[in-house]
Amino acid sequence: MRGHGVLDGRPTAAVPPLGGFSFGVLMIEVRRLLRNRRTLLFTIGMPVMFFLLFGLNKSYAGLRAGHGNVAAFIMISMALYGAVLSTTGGGAVVSLERAAGWSRQLRVTPLTPAAHIATKMLAAMVLGFIAVAAVFAAGLITHKPVMSGSLWVASGLAVWGGSLLFTACGLCLGYLLPSENVMQVMSFVLVFFAFGGGLFIPLSQFPPIVQTLAHYTPLYGLNQLVHWPLMGGALHASWLANAAVWLLLFAGGASWLFRRDTARV
Amino acid sequence: MSSGGGGTPAVQLDAVSKQFGAVTAVDRVSLTIQPGEIVAFLGPNGAGKTTTIDMILGLQRPTRGAVAVCGLGPEEAVHRGLVAAVMQAGGLLHDLTVRETVQYIAYLFPSHRPIDDVMQHTGLEAIADRPVGKCSGGEQQRIRFAMALLPDPALLILDEPTQGMDVVGRRNFWAAIRDETGRGRTIFFATHYLEEADAYADRIIVLRAGRVVADGTAAAVKSQASGRIVRATWPGASAEALAGVPGADEVELQGGTVLIRSLDADRVARHLLTQTPARDLEIHATGIEEAFLALTGEDAAEPALRRGADE
Repeated sequence: MRGHGVLDGRPTAAVPPLGGFSFGVLMIEVRRLLRNRRTLLFTIGMPVMFFLLFGLNKSYAGLRAGHGNVAAFIMISMALYGAVLSTTGGGAVVSLERAAGWSRQLRVTPLTPAAHIATKMLAAMVLGFIAVAAVFAAGLITHKPVMSGSLWVASGLAVWGGSLLFTACGLCLGYLLPSENVMQVMSFVLVFFAFGGGLFIPLSQFPPIVQTLAHYTPLYGLNQLVHWPLMGGALHASWLANAAVWLLLFAGGASWLFRRDTARV
Repeated sequence: MSSGGGGTPAVQLDAVSKQFGAVTAVDRVSLTIQPGEIVAFLGPNGAGKTTTIDMILGLQRPTRGAVAVCGLGPEEAVHRGLVAAVMQAGGLLHDLTVRETVQYIAYLFPSHRPIDDVMQHTGLEAIADRPVGKCSGGEQQRIRFAMALLPDPALLILDEPTQGMDVVGRRNFWAAIRDETGRGRTIFFATHYLEEADAYADRIIVLRAGRVVADGTAAAVKSQASGRIVRATWPGASAEALAGVPGADEVELQGGTVLIRSLDADRVARHLLTQTPARDLEIHATGIEEAFLALTGEDAAEPALRRGADE
């Protein structure tokens, strides 16, 4: 076989740069996510609503929490919830694309799997950014959360960056589950993770055995980390370990499931 | 037809087999497609057409044997944009608009034809902003068609491209393929429509139970399957005289008319005209459908094997 065999008279087609990654495709993917009103309501509207319901309660909102107040603490929790919903959802849509045969169609283009996954993750991160911005905007408008300007920025970036972990979680679900129920399963799983991570109710409210188990759920480490700028104190290695192990599990699972999917289709 | 020997084949399969557990879907298939050939891939459901196409596209790896596309491994050829493929049903995202779908594919190929040209040629301009999910079956087929034309590939693979199209749609599709792709492009299409293979392909490859059972021009495939029928007026013909015709596989006597089925019709005709009083000689090819059924016999009852309604 010739090394660079190409049909007579045709120029050698070049391998696309960046494995076929394209900004144009990313924009189309973002537009798709923003066009889905149900997703927007679910991933952006709901966390904002939760913040307005639980973050402004007069009996505790103004209480001191670390370098700020409880309203700021809850705002960060809800922003994390929104970001995680967005990034997981952005990954999980591959389930629908597999069902539609679109994934298969893309596999016969120069687009490499790595570029495809990167596009999905970036699009999900754009949605995640909007989710964080929406909750923080609700905080700004209501004037209830109190913390320094640098903490607003640091917390927001920590939440947004940390939610990258859940794009991998979404991809896992997307390659694992059939399209009919991927969104239902995802919302159930995330509510469970959110309780385990202490996003909705402080873990101290749970019985000790539940608290111990909760420390191993995927949102626990991340939730502690994103509140660390506000709360200060020691940075526990166990938080980082929790987040790192789950990142490895999700990313490893997603790439394994992706390869399995490629081999089968 | 092969255009100038010595070129790298567009597709080359060397004794390719694919096994799924105990099932052999593709069994030692060898074939070479030269640049510029238009080849129909014919066979009943389950004959291994899609599996073979998947291996050419690098979507599946052969259990044994080697596949080369434009002299490269299939994945490399796809990665370089030398191949474009339009899959059977599906393969579209319903929440994209028509234009976004075409644009999406365009972004993925380093070089492609102008989007507006392709949209215009495929009649998609008027529905450019419509969500794909709101397009009719025929419109979705036109989107797939646009996606196939866009990358300007050396090798175009179409898996049942006109399935579900009406007669006019099929004719337009092929007319456009001819117009748009008549510049030395290789086209390999799988089809159930026998007339389609007969009308549009230079060459037909018939697959049955994972094996190539016929490969050649439509005429060659027909004659390979069932030969031709020689008909002549032969006053006073007897069964004994008929039995002595060289090359005859099957004979029938209807009054003064004889019908002789033969794989070597020329030899029969020569004999009849020179050694016997037979006259008014006619040679008929048997229909492509009969040929197809003869080659793929046991699947003849399959409902998918309908005759295309082009006639």
